[in-house]
Amino acid sequence: MDQNKIRNFSIIAHIDHGKSTLADRILELTHAVAKRDMREQVLDSMELERERGITIKAQAVRVQWKGHELNLIDTPGHVDFSYEVSRSLQACEGALLVVDAAQGIEAQTLANAYLAIENDLEIVPVLNKIDLPQADPEGTAIEVAHLLGDQPEHVLAISAKTGQGVEAVLDAVIEKIHAPSGDLTTPARALVFDSSYDQYRGVVAFVRMIDGSFSRRQALKAMALGTEFEPEEIGFFGPGMTPVETLGAGEVGYLVTGLKDVARLRVGDTITTVAEPAAAPLPGYKEVKPMVFAGLFPTDSDAYPELREALEKLKLNDAALLYEPETSQALGFGFRCGFLGLLHMEIVRERLEREFDLDLLVTAPNVAYRVKTQAGAELEVHNPAEMPDDRDEVLEPYIKATVIVPKDFVGSVMELCNDRRGRFDHMEYLSEQRVMLIYELPLGEIVLDFYDQLKSRTRGYASFDYDLSGFRPGDLVRVDILVGGEPVDALSLILHKDRAYDTGRLLVERLRKEIPRQMFDVPIQAAIGSRVIARETVKAKRKDVIAKCYGGDISRKRKLLEKQKKGKKRMKQVGSVEVPQEAFLAVLKLDRGKK
Amino acid sequence: MTGGATHLYVHIPFCASRCDYCDFVSLTDHLDQRKRYVDALLTELELERELLASELDTVYLGGGTPTLLEPELLRALLERLPAAHELTVEANPETVTPGLAEALVEAGVNRVSLGAQSFQPHLLDALGRRAGPSDIRRAIETLGEAGIDNLSLDLLYGIPGQSRRDLGADLDEALASGPEHLSCYELEAKPGTRFSHDHGADLLEQAEVLEDHLELVVERLSASGYRWYETANFARIEPGRDLRSVHNLGYWRGHDYLGLGIGAVSTAADRRWRNAPSLSRYLAALERGEKPPRETEALDEATKLRERLMLGLRLDEPLAIAELESVLDRSALERFVDLGLVAVEGGLMTLSRRGRLLGGAVSSDLIVWSEDSVAA
Repeated sequence: MDQNKIRNFSIIAHIDHGKSTLADRILELTHAVAKRDMREQVLDSMELERERGITIKAQAVRVQWKGHELNLIDTPGHVDFSYEVSRSLQACEGALLVVDAAQGIEAQTLANAYLAIENDLEIVPVLNKIDLPQADPEGTAIEVAHLLGDQPEHVLAISAKTGQGVEAVLDAVIEKIHAPSGDLTTPARALVFDSSYDQYRGVVAFVRMIDGSFSRRQALKAMALGTEFEPEEIGFFGPGMTPVETLGAGEVGYLVTGLKDVARLRVGDTITTVAEPAAAPLPGYKEVKPMVFAGLFPTDSDAYPELREALEKLKLNDAALLYEPETSQALGFGFRCGFLGLLHMEIVRERLEREFDLDLLVTAPNVAYRVKTQAGAELEVHNPAEMPDDRDEVLEPYIKATVIVPKDFVGSVMELCNDRRGRFDHMEYLSEQRVMLIYELPLGEIVLDFYDQLKSRTRGYASFDYDLSGFRPGDLVRVDILVGGEPVDALSLILHKDRAYDTGRLLVERLRKEIPRQMFDVPIQAAIGSRVIARETVKAKRKDVIAKCYGGDISRKRKLLEKQKKGKKRMKQVGSVEVPQEAFLAVLKLDRGKK
Repeated sequence: MTGGATHLYVHIPFCASRCDYCDFVSLTDHLDQRKRYVDALLTELELERELLASELDTVYLGGGTPTLLEPELLRALLERLPAAHELTVEANPETVTPGLAEALVEAGVNRVSLGAQSFQPHLLDALGRRAGPSDIRRAIETLGEAGIDNLSLDLLYGIPGQSRRDLGADLDEALASGPEHLSCYELEAKPGTRFSHDHGADLLEQAEVLEDHLELVVERLSASGYRWYETANFARIEPGRDLRSVHNLGYWRGHDYLGLGIGAVSTAADRRWRNAPSLSRYLAALERGEKPPRETEALDEATKLRERLMLGLRLDEPLAIAELESVLDRSALERFVDLGLVAVEGGLMTLSRRGRLLGGAVSSDLIVWSEDSVAA
C-alpha cells in the first residue's frame, strides 16, 4: 500500500462524550461491519468495558474510505490508562478530539489533548451530540478552538448517534492528518503498541510498521529483549482478524507470535527482522510504575491458589498490574497489588470477582512512598505495615490535578483541595460559566475518597483528572490500629501528621461499631509508634443464652448453635478477637468530609 | 436405651385464647374435639407403649392449657396414663378452681407448673394474657390449699415496657409466695408471631437491658435460697428434698422420652420424631388405629454427644470430659479456662457463673460441629 493513501488516527475524548459511538458509526459507514452485524460498540470487547462505557485495551481497526486505508487505533478513555493512550498515540499521525457539545471540555478532554500535542499529532476537533436539545455547539466550539488555538469554524459538528456529519469527519481525517512517512528501503522496524494473549495462539502483538516491511514466516526479533520468533500469522483487524502476506511501512496490524510467555515480548519494544536487523530501536515508552497499592485477600482463605491463578491470567492482558504475595497476620495469605490509579484498581477488583468468581477483601489503598532510612538506605514502600521506623525522610507522590466545575462550586472545590493539603496553582475561566482549577495534591490524599467527595460537593458536575508531578517530602506518620492489644497490620495507615489524630479517632470509633461484642472487653487503639492517640472499648457481652430448651426444642437449638459457630467462621481472627470482614473496610468508609 | 424411656410427655394443645408471643402448637377452637383428642392420645400411648419402661420416673402434661380439659376428662386421662414418681401438670392461673385443684390431687398430680409470667397488669396486658395478678395469687393459694406442695412458677423478662423495677417487683412477689421452683425465661420473640410484628423495634433496642435482667434474676433468686440448676430454672434449696424438675432433668441429661399428641417430640432408640401439628390428621390416623404422621430424624452417636454437651452445659452439674472428647474442641476449652468461663478439675468441667451467662456462645464454640476442622 502506498503510504500516501494511509492514515493512522485515534479518537480521544472524555468519558461518555461518545468516542465508542463514533467508532461504531465509522465502522458502519465504511462497511467494515454490516449494519445487521453491528453490536453496539464493537471495539469494546470486554464485558466490563461495555458495561462501564470505558475502553480498557487499545485495539486497531482498518477501514477503507475514498481510496484510502484508515487505521483507527482505539485508546482507553481514562486517566489511569494514560500510558496506554500515549502508546496508542505514538502509533498515529493524528487524533479526533471528541467533545460533547452539551457538556463542553472536561478534565480528560484536556489531559488527552495535551498528550496528543506532546506526541506531535494533528488534532481534528469534533463536537458530538449536537442533536441533543441542551447542546451548545457554538459555545463549545469556542471553548475547543480556544484550547487548540484554532478557529471555531474549523470545529466539526456531528451526531455520532444519528450519523449526522460523520462522513465529513472521515474526509477530514484524509485531508488534515498527514500520511505516514516511513522508509521502505531501510531494515524493518515496527513499534509494539499493545498486545493481548490468546490461550491457543500465545502472544498477539499489535504493531505499527514504521520502516520496511514484514512478511509471514519471516524470522523476527524483539530488539530490547532479544526474543526471536516466527509469526504464525500477520494481518490486520477489519475488525475481525484478517491475515495478509505482508505488512509495510505506515501500516497497522498484528503478529501472532506463538510465544507462550508474555514476559518475552514487551509493549514498547521494537521488532525487526533477524535476517536484516535495524541498527537502532525506535524510542520506546517510559515504563509506567504503579502508584496505588492495596492488599487483596480472598475472604475464604482456601481460595488463595485461585486468586493467584486469576492474577496471573489478568496480568497477561494487563501489563501494568503488579502483584506480590503478602501475608497479613489478620487477613492471611493474599497479594499486595500495584495499580496505575483508582479506576484501575476498581476494574481489577471487579474483573477478579466477576470473571473469576472470587470473593475479595481489599484493604485501604495507599500510594508508593520513597523512604530514606537513617542508615542511608533508600527504598520504596508499598505497604504501610512495611514503613520502617528508622526513617530519615519520606517522599510521597504528588499530582497535578485538573478540576473543571461550574463557577458556583469553585468555593467548595477549593475547600476540599485545601483540606487535602492541596496547593493552589492557578484557575482559568473556560467560559463564563465553567472554571478550570489546577491544584497540586499529594496522591495519598486522593486515593481514599477524594473523588466521591468531589462529586458530592459539586452535585456530580465536577470532572477531574490528574498527572503525576513528582515526589516530595512529607511529614508523614504511620498510624497503627490495635485490636485487643494486637496490631492489625491490614488497618495501618500512612497519614500526614496533622491528620493522624482525627483520622485515628474516627477509625477506632468506626471499628467499635463494626466489631461485635465478645466474651471479654476488647480495647481498640490507634497508635503512632508506642504512643496511643485514640482508644475505644467494645464491652464484653454479659449474656448469650438460649432461654428455653426442653424436649421439643433440642434439634432446633442444636442447629441454632451450629449456625452461630458457622457465622463466626466467616470472621477473621485477630489474636482471640473475632473481627468481621466488614470491619476491615471501615477505613474505606471514613467520611472525612463530614466533620 | 435398655429398659425403655422413663419420661412421658403428653401435649394438650387447647387454649382459651392464643397469647401474642406463643409459638407452641395450640388451638383456640375445636374445644368440641377434646374428648376425641384424649381418646386419640390414649390410642397413641398404646401404639408406643413398648418404648416405655415398665416403671416411669415422670409424666408431664403440658400445653397449650391442659387444665382447659373438663375436670372429668382430665381425671380420666390422668388415670389411664402410666403411674410415675413425678406427675406434673401445666396450668394457667385463670383455669385454677378449687374443683380443678382437688381433681388434680386426687388423680395423683404432685407437681404443678403455673404460667404466671408477670404480676404487673400492664405487662400481662402486653403479653395478651387472660389472667390478671389477682387470678395468679388466687391460683397459688388454691393449689396450696388443695395440697400441691411442689409448685413451679413461670416468669418472663424482656417484656416490652418492662423496667428493671418491674422485674424486681415480679421477683419479689414470686418469692413472697415461696414456690418450690421457678422458671424464668427471656421472652423469645419468634419471627411470625403477632408479638414480633407488634413489638419488633422495642425488642431490638432492649438487648443490653436484657443482660441486666438475666443478672438480676440470677442474683436475686440465688440470694433468696434458690439453686440456679439450669440456665432458666431455679429450685428452692430444702434439706431432704430435691425440688428440681425430674422430668426436665431427663431432657438435659440426654434421657430418652416419649411425647404424645400433636406437635409432640419423642427421642428414643437413636431417633427423634415430631408428630405433625394438624389436629384433624392426628385424629384421623389414630382413629384408624395408625400412628400419626410425623417427621423423623436419625440421631448418630456424634449428634447425641453434641447434644449431651449442649444440654449438659445448661446444668450446674459438672460434665465428664472423657465421654465427650470426640466432639469437644480442646483449644476452645483452654481459651475458656483462661477467660475464667470454664473450670476443669479431675476430668470434669463446670461453667463459671459468667460462663453460664454466656452459655450459648460457650457451647457453640466448645462443640466440634460436623464440618469443623478443630482449630490448631
